[in-house]
Amino acid sequence: MDDCPFHDQDAIPQIASTHRFQWEKAQDCYVILYPEGMVKLNGSAAEILKRCNGEMSVAELIRDLNDQFPDADVAADAFRFLQVAHENGWICAKQSP
Amino acid sequence: MAGSVQNNLPKPLWLLAELTYKCPLQCVYCSNPADFAEYKDELSAEDWLRVLREARAMGATQLGLSGGEPLLRRDLEILIAQARRLGFYTNLITSGVGMDEGRVRGFREAGLDHIQLSFQAATPELNDYIAGTRAFRHKLEMAHAVKKLGFPMVLCFVLHRENEDQIEHMLELAIQLEADYVELATTQYYGWAFLNRDRLMPTRAQIEHGERIAHAYQEKMKGKMKIYYVVPDYYEDRPKACMNGWGSIFLTITPDGTALPCHAARQLPGLLLPNVREHSIEWIWNDSPDFNRFRGFDWMNEPCRRCPERFKDFGGCRCQAYMLTGDAANADPVCSLSPYHGLIEKALDSAQRPDRSAKPLIFRNPKNSKSLVENRRSLARSTVI
Repeated sequence: MDDCPFHDQDAIPQIASTHRFQWEKAQDCYVILYPEGMVKLNGSAAEILKRCNGEMSVAELIRDLNDQFPDADVAADAFRFLQVAHENGWICAKQSP
Repeated sequence: MAGSVQNNLPKPLWLLAELTYKCPLQCVYCSNPADFAEYKDELSAEDWLRVLREARAMGATQLGLSGGEPLLRRDLEILIAQARRLGFYTNLITSGVGMDEGRVRGFREAGLDHIQLSFQAATPELNDYIAGTRAFRHKLEMAHAVKKLGFPMVLCFVLHRENEDQIEHMLELAIQLEADYVELATTQYYGWAFLNRDRLMPTRAQIEHGERIAHAYQEKMKGKMKIYYVVPDYYEDRPKACMNGWGSIFLTITPDGTALPCHAARQLPGLLLPNVREHSIEWIWNDSPDFNRFRGFDWMNEPCRRCPERFKDFGGCRCQAYMLTGDAANADPVCSLSPYHGLIEKALDSAQRPDRSAKPLIFRNPKNSKSLVENRRSLARSTVI
């Protein structure tokens, strides 16, 4: 889908109001919860979603990931994941005030 | 080390809390047991709070607050607040009757995550006929209140012969009400729906029409509204993977505290029906004979026993196998490999020639429940004599 708002690096991603992102002790991983469902997340997906907090822009999110994981090529992964997360309705762009 | 072992055990991810069997509606397809009027001794708020704590510690994440009509519990807000504090994703499954905007706001403050609102049809006349009470206009108001307070809203329409032709109208209503999700779920034949099966079974033409409309709207509403269309299993030739397998992810607690691996299981013979007043959730889930009864594959009869598909569908639904064949360890007769599949074909055959005058619909209410129990008892007495 080409209508992903996160092609714009100034866009600010946040968890959609219909969804919740939390640590699940019993699953030993982060999960996305939504009406009657749950998705378990791998480590890198969780690191990206932790930063979808309505405060960081896409550019800042990638910079922050780069600082923490200097050995990985985070930019391409992050763009791809943000698109998937948006298609699934997990995240949306924060509306500017 | 310890964590990895723990992870291999099934977890009760889905906790369905049936808070009460009381309900202002009388829906003819209700999945509550036909003898619900027999169970009056409801759990206290204290019992429920303990159930929530224990289930959450076992790994439960989704909580369905259901009934009957859960709004009739005045302590609902207390349960929601506790569930949210514990980290549950809380789903309120309601008819909307007993709600007003103030109460919806209270749910928001208590931390409720999502509201699933049922409609019986897309028009007031049919809705109120199926529900056995006037409710449609109030439901519309409640849908507006739910959205106004920022909840994700699922609209649920249970489909059957009487309302299946309204499917397009239902979807338009959902769009107008700004639903986030729509469930178009064809009646499954348990509880009251089983009693009314001959009157509720849709025709093949209705199913095909419904599917076509649902798919067109799925395409049209992509990215805006999620639409689930559930085909009735009688029209499939393989059974559903019921509950994702017995004792695999699903835990129901009934109003009187009985723990069940699915909400229809109370009718199965030979269950001990453990109660949360006497046992911990941990014992019930891990160790009770009931929850282990149909776990794994050793309990299966032929043809499931050696069927390569048993890992995918677990032989279908134990309750349906019992209700139709008399043995819960048989294959769900929906499966075309079941020697009892003819029973399904027969039910479908007669559905193609609906005869409305044949049998009146039985409405789900305490009076009908009591008389069904009474009839069953006198039948049992006469057999003994």
